[in-house]
Amino acid sequence: MLFSPPQLHIPDGFLTILVSLIFWVATIIIVGVAILKTNQSLGERQIPLMGVMAAFIFAAQMLNFPVAGGTSGHFLGGTLAAIVLGPWAGILVMTAVVGVQALLFQDGGLLVMGANIFNMGIITAVIGFGLYRIVIHQKKGARLVTAGIGAWIATMTAALITSLQLWLSGTTRLEIVIPAMLGVHALIGIGESLITVAALTFIAQTRPDLVETRKSAVDGGRGWIIAGVLVTLLAVLISPLASGNPDGLERVAEDLGFLATGFSAPFQILPDYSIPFLGETTISTILAGIVGVIVVLGILILMGRNLYKPKEIEVK
Amino acid sequence: MHVHAFDQYHFKQSQIHNLDPRVKVLFTVGFIISNAILPDGSWLAFALAWLVLLFINDQSGLGLGFTFKRSIVVLPFALVAVSAIFSPFGEPLAEWNLGLIILIPTDLGLIRFISILVRSWLSVQMGILLVATTQFPDLIHAFEHLKVPRILTTVIAFLYRYLFILTDEGFRLMRARDARSAGLPGIKSGGSIQWRARTTGSMVGQLFLRSYERSDRIYQAMISRGFTGHIRTLNPHQMDQMDWIMLGFSLIILILIQIVGWVR
Amino acid sequence: MPVKHQSQFEIQIPECEGDILQIHDLHFAYPDGQIALRGVNLSICAGEKVALVGPNGAGKSTLMLHLNGVLGEQSPVSIAGLSIDSNNLPLIRALVGLVFQNPDDQLFSPTVYDDVAFGPLHMGLPEEEVHQRVKKALNAVQMDGFDDRLSHHLSMGQKKRIAIATVLAMQPQILILDEPSAGLDPRSRRSLINFLRDLPITMLVSTHDLYMVQDLFPRMVIMDEGKIVADGATLELLEDEVLLETHGLELP
Repeated sequence: MLFSPPQLHIPDGFLTILVSLIFWVATIIIVGVAILKTNQSLGERQIPLMGVMAAFIFAAQMLNFPVAGGTSGHFLGGTLAAIVLGPWAGILVMTAVVGVQALLFQDGGLLVMGANIFNMGIITAVIGFGLYRIVIHQKKGARLVTAGIGAWIATMTAALITSLQLWLSGTTRLEIVIPAMLGVHALIGIGESLITVAALTFIAQTRPDLVETRKSAVDGGRGWIIAGVLVTLLAVLISPLASGNPDGLERVAEDLGFLATGFSAPFQILPDYSIPFLGETTISTILAGIVGVIVVLGILILMGRNLYKPKEIEVK
Repeated sequence: MHVHAFDQYHFKQSQIHNLDPRVKVLFTVGFIISNAILPDGSWLAFALAWLVLLFINDQSGLGLGFTFKRSIVVLPFALVAVSAIFSPFGEPLAEWNLGLIILIPTDLGLIRFISILVRSWLSVQMGILLVATTQFPDLIHAFEHLKVPRILTTVIAFLYRYLFILTDEGFRLMRARDARSAGLPGIKSGGSIQWRARTTGSMVGQLFLRSYERSDRIYQAMISRGFTGHIRTLNPHQMDQMDWIMLGFSLIILILIQIVGWVR
Repeated sequence: MPVKHQSQFEIQIPECEGDILQIHDLHFAYPDGQIALRGVNLSICAGEKVALVGPNGAGKSTLMLHLNGVLGEQSPVSIAGLSIDSNNLPLIRALVGLVFQNPDDQLFSPTVYDDVAFGPLHMGLPEEEVHQRVKKALNAVQMDGFDDRLSHHLSMGQKKRIAIATVLAMQPQILILDEPSAGLDPRSRRSLINFLRDLPITMLVSTHDLYMVQDLFPRMVIMDEGKIVADGATLELLEDEVLLETHGLELP
C-alpha cells in the first residue's frame, strides 16, 4: 500500500496532448535554466546535497499531520525546498521527487509530468521564494511570517493552475473544479504553511547558518521577487474571475479553440457502437442513478481523501 | 523493518525483463501518447490497447491479472472528471433539476468521461509493468542513454538510494512522537492545531538537518574516491537484435491501434 | 580478564622513516574555534598495521580526514613522499583508501557495482579496466556476485565489506578504517578480523575494540585531546594500566 501526498498529481489521460505539451515546453525550459544556475552556485557540493534533499522531501511528504478525528494532512515541501536550498536547486529537487513518484507509484502520469512539475515544483518555488526574497534582509520574524504566507499562496496557486489545466483539457467544468480545488487546498495550504514555518524555525534555531540571508540572496536574485509577485497577482485576479464568471472565461477559451478539442470526433462513431440507446427514459434513469451515486461518493471521498492518509506503508 | 513499497521490481525470467530498458521506457511513453491521441469513444482501439497490455502481462511471466489488481489507484482521481459528463457538447441525454442547479448530461460528455477513465487506467497499468519488469537502476541508465541531463538522473539515483533510509528515520520520528502522545479516555487530547503543526514542523526540521548533515558525509565520501564535480557513469546497456525487433514491433502495434481508432 | 596469547609477530617496532605516511606537527581548529588537533606527529611504514585508539572526541576521525586532504588541503601530511596540496589531491585520494564509519554514507550509488566502480571510474580509467578492478575488489572482500545488488538490501556486515571494496578498487597504498567493527554482530566481527589479518596492505585503523587491536595490530597509537600520547608496541602499552585508564581505555 502506498502513501498519499496532497492530491495535485494529475494522472495520464486527464490532460489533452496540447495542454501537456505546452507545460512540458515551459517546464523543460525552466528546468534547463535551473540546471545551469545550480551548476554555477553550488558546484561539486550540489549533487550529494540535492540528491539527499530530494529523498528528504519524499520522506517528509510521508509524515502525517493529524488534523481532526482520524484524518491527517500532508506536506508538499516545495516552498521549504526553495527557501533552504535556493529556488533553482529547489526546482531540481522537486522535479526529481515528482518524477520518481510518477515512475515508482504512478502518482501522477508520465505524459502530464511536465504540468505536474510545473504546478508542484516551479510555481511553489516562484511564489514561495519570490515572496520570501522581498523580506530576505529583514528580521527573522518577518521572514518566517512571509514564508508561511508564501507557502499558502503557493499551494492555492498550484491548485488554481491544476484546475485551469483540467478545464482547458475538457476534463472538468470550470465552475465545479475551481471551488472544489481551491476550497480543499485552502485548508491544505494552512497545514503546508504552518509546517513550513515550524520547520524553518527549528532549522534556524539549530543551524542558523543554513538559512542565513546572504547565501539565499546569492542563489536567487531580485528577479524572483518580480516573478513571485506577478504570479501571485495573476492568481489572485483569476480565481474570483473563474469562480464567479465562468462564462466569460469559457468564451475566451472557446474562441481560442481549446474546449471543443476532441469533442467532435466520436460523433460519427456513436451511432454504430458503444452505448446501445434503447430508449431515452430508461437509460437516463439508470444514468441518473449511477451518476448520482458517484457524485455523492465523490464529494465525501474528496473531502475526506485530501485530508486523510488512507493507505499505509506495508511494513514487514 | 523493511519498507517494501519502494521495491516495485518483480523478478522473473522473461523476454520482457531482459529487454533493453530504453525499449521499455520508449514503449511505455509511446503507449501513453497513443492512447492520448486516440479520439474519445474509440472503444475498439482502446480494447486493442488493452489486449496488448494483457499480452505483455502474460509474456513477462507476471500473470494476466497482475496490473489489473494494482490499477485501482486511479479510481479516486476519476471523480475529478465526473463533471465532464455535463460538458455542453453534443446531444443532451437528460435534464436533472436539483433545485439550485440544472444538470444536463450529454452524450459527448459521457463518452469523454469514460474515455478519460479508460486512458488513465491503461496508462497506469503500463507504468506498473514498466517498473515491475525493470530494475530502478536500469531505468536510470535508460534515461541517461535517452539524454536526460546527467544532474537530474544523478539526483534521482541518490533519491532512490536514500529513500529507504530517510523514510525509516521519518517513521522513527513519528513513532517517537506517537509514544509521547498518550490520550486518556474521556479527555480530549492532542493539543491545538498550532501545537500539532509545531510538532510536525520539528519532525520535518529534524529530518531536514539529519539529511543535510548526511549529505555532508556523503560528499566527503565522494571526494575521497576522486569526485571533483563531474559525474561519470558507465554505459552498460547495448541494444541487441531482439531489442531492435521489439522496438520495431511496438511501433507497428501502436500505429495499428491508431489506424483502428481513426479510420471510420 | 584479558587473555595473553602467544604473539605471532616481532614486538619491537622497526626503524621507520615514514615512507607511506608522515605527519609533522599537525594542528587543526574547526571554523567555530574548537581546537581538534594539537600538534600531531606520526610516521607509518610500508606493511605496518597500526591501531589508533582513544576516547571519543580525541580527534581520531578528524585526523583521518586529514590523511586524504578532505580537511586541511594544505597540511604537513605526506603520503608516499608526496606532500598534500591542492594540486595532487586526486593522486593522494587514490593512494589513501579511507573507509568511513557508517557504510551508508560511503555506499551512495544505486547498485554495488556502481559504488565499487565509482573510484576507478573517477580516476579516469577506461571502462574495461574499471570492470576488471571491480571484479578484483569484490573478490578480495569475498563478495563476488553481489554486483547487481541494491545497497539497501544488504546487511551491516555486507555493507562494511563492500565499503572496503570501494576503496580497494582504487588500489591504495594505505587503508584507513574508521571503527570498522562498530555495529557488527560477533560472527561478522570475527569475519572482518580474519579478513583484515589476511589483507597484505599498510593499515591504520581507529577502533574501540581492544581485543581486535590485540589480535591484529602490533603497533598502537593512543590519542587524547588532539594529541598523540603514546605510540608503541601494542602488547607493552596494554600492560600499562595507568596509561590506559588515564585515557579512557579499558580491556573489558
